[in-house]
Amino acid sequence: MADFIKRLLRTPQGAIGVLLVLLVLVIVLFGPMLAPHDPETLAPLTRYKGPSAAYWLGTDQYGRDIFSRLLIGARATVVMAVLATIAGTLLGAFVGTTSAFLGGRADELIMRTIDAVMSIPSLLFALLVVNLLGSSTVNALIAVAIAFAPGMARITRSVALSVRKQDYVNAAVARGESSAYIILREMLPNVIAPIIVEMTIRISFAVMLFATLSFLGLGAQPPAAEWGLMVSEARRYMHLSAGILIWPSVAIAVVAVGFNLLGDGLRDALNPRT
Amino acid sequence: MSPNYIAKRLVMIVYTLFIVSLIVFAITQILPADAAVMMLGENATQDALAALRENMGLNAPVWQQYAIWLGHVLQGDLGTSLRTGQPVGPVMFEALGRSLLLAFLSIGLMLVLAIPLGIIAAVRRGKIADMVVSLISYAGVALPEFVTATVAVLVFADLMKWLPPTGYVPLTENFAGGIAHLVLPVCVISVILIAHVSRMVRSELVDVLHTDYIRAARLKGISRGQVLRRHALRNALLPTITIVALDVGYLLGGVIVVEEIFAIPGIGRQLIVAIQARDLPAIQAGVLIMAATYSIVNFIADILYAWLDKRIQYG
Repeated sequence: MADFIKRLLRTPQGAIGVLLVLLVLVIVLFGPMLAPHDPETLAPLTRYKGPSAAYWLGTDQYGRDIFSRLLIGARATVVMAVLATIAGTLLGAFVGTTSAFLGGRADELIMRTIDAVMSIPSLLFALLVVNLLGSSTVNALIAVAIAFAPGMARITRSVALSVRKQDYVNAAVARGESSAYIILREMLPNVIAPIIVEMTIRISFAVMLFATLSFLGLGAQPPAAEWGLMVSEARRYMHLSAGILIWPSVAIAVVAVGFNLLGDGLRDALNPRT
Repeated sequence: MSPNYIAKRLVMIVYTLFIVSLIVFAITQILPADAAVMMLGENATQDALAALRENMGLNAPVWQQYAIWLGHVLQGDLGTSLRTGQPVGPVMFEALGRSLLLAFLSIGLMLVLAIPLGIIAAVRRGKIADMVVSLISYAGVALPEFVTATVAVLVFADLMKWLPPTGYVPLTENFAGGIAHLVLPVCVISVILIAHVSRMVRSELVDVLHTDYIRAARLKGISRGQVLRRHALRNALLPTITIVALDVGYLLGGVIVVEEIFAIPGIGRQLIVAIQARDLPAIQAGVLIMAATYSIVNFIADILYAWLDKRIQYG
């Protein structure tokens, strides 16, 4: 494990990725405690202020402190994205592993169906599901999870197919273990590493997808401090103060870049060959 | 490439569209919207609603409604909009045309920029040029369309006043004006594509440059440029076809956001309007058309790949 972390930190991607993700983690855990101002108090006298000692990143169109709103909004944006990705990954991993284990006709049918589901763009899929369930944060989470599952299933299947050929799986089949036992106890644990890499990279897509849903008015609702919603609300006032628009955009980008780099670093660390 | 392969792929498209039609119909069935209420308004009498439901076949079992809808779709009738009372098909296909213009221009711009960037990064691997390209691609992948679009409007339309902020002008009406309106949307859509594809080109080319036949060609005394042009690029660029085709799914999602922000009356905007108004026939038609577009693009890409792969010659 220590060796693995050393390998991860040796690449520039891994090191910067770990740093950024740790920063995000700190903000998610302690953000609300660190926030110097209340994120939802309206202060008409301090609207559109530039950065200052009192307001580090300035104030928005209602005089709310942008820095505080970013610190508190991290939970709405990042935690939801991580949870949705994990849910989608678990669902996809299960379907993909099952498909690889069953093989033959069943595998063919499952994979072609997954291809079909993937022909609907994931944003459109999420829009449909959110509209179906009503716009709220939890529904957006379900939508993103369902939208991610087919892609993860496809990746898991290709990894699982190579695991399926291993001797220990054949041994389990020969012992007469049940299909559920073989899938859950023998195969899943061995396909986990590549899936974690893919999942890490997908968290950054989830962050963007969540923000996009909120931006289109189908995720978090005002006055929540969700980052995508902040960008959406800033559009009407951006010519008065560019900071309202820039800072939440930067926050989204930092999280997305962080998870992307961490994913690439993990891949290199798990794969010392390249 | 055998006729068998093409036939198999065609069957797959039919299956894909069948599954999509099932999904779309299932989703629109669960949507808490009553088509009869949509058409007659909230104040309609119960009798009028009941009569219309009977008339529209809404009382029939779900599978029967699906069969009737599918029958109409197969005959080219995509239904009538609950919102406007107009047939959905012509409106959606007209909108699709505008979206495809946007998509093709974006893919064109992406190919012109992403492939050279990827090649430079691979050839100068580990040097400054490589790092700059990596940086661009990380930044591009990390910014969602709505952020790049909003910032682009702020900078190039509001502050610089170089380009119109939003709107759409048909190219047939006013070519220069139409192009000016397309510049920002096309650039915004291509950012993520450029980031993704340049990274893929780089990693493919890096892999190819490490193969034995490239080393053999170099040892034969052929210059680096010759090896790159005649041996490496052909093999490295081939997988790009598949990657670009798969990215079309992402592109169609991006088109939805970009059309909404730039007020372009394409299929993405039509879909958002339809979803917000719970206009079931329009949603069904729009999603079906999008899925069909994606499937057909991937079909063409697969055929193209198989065709090119057979004929690679080092001449």
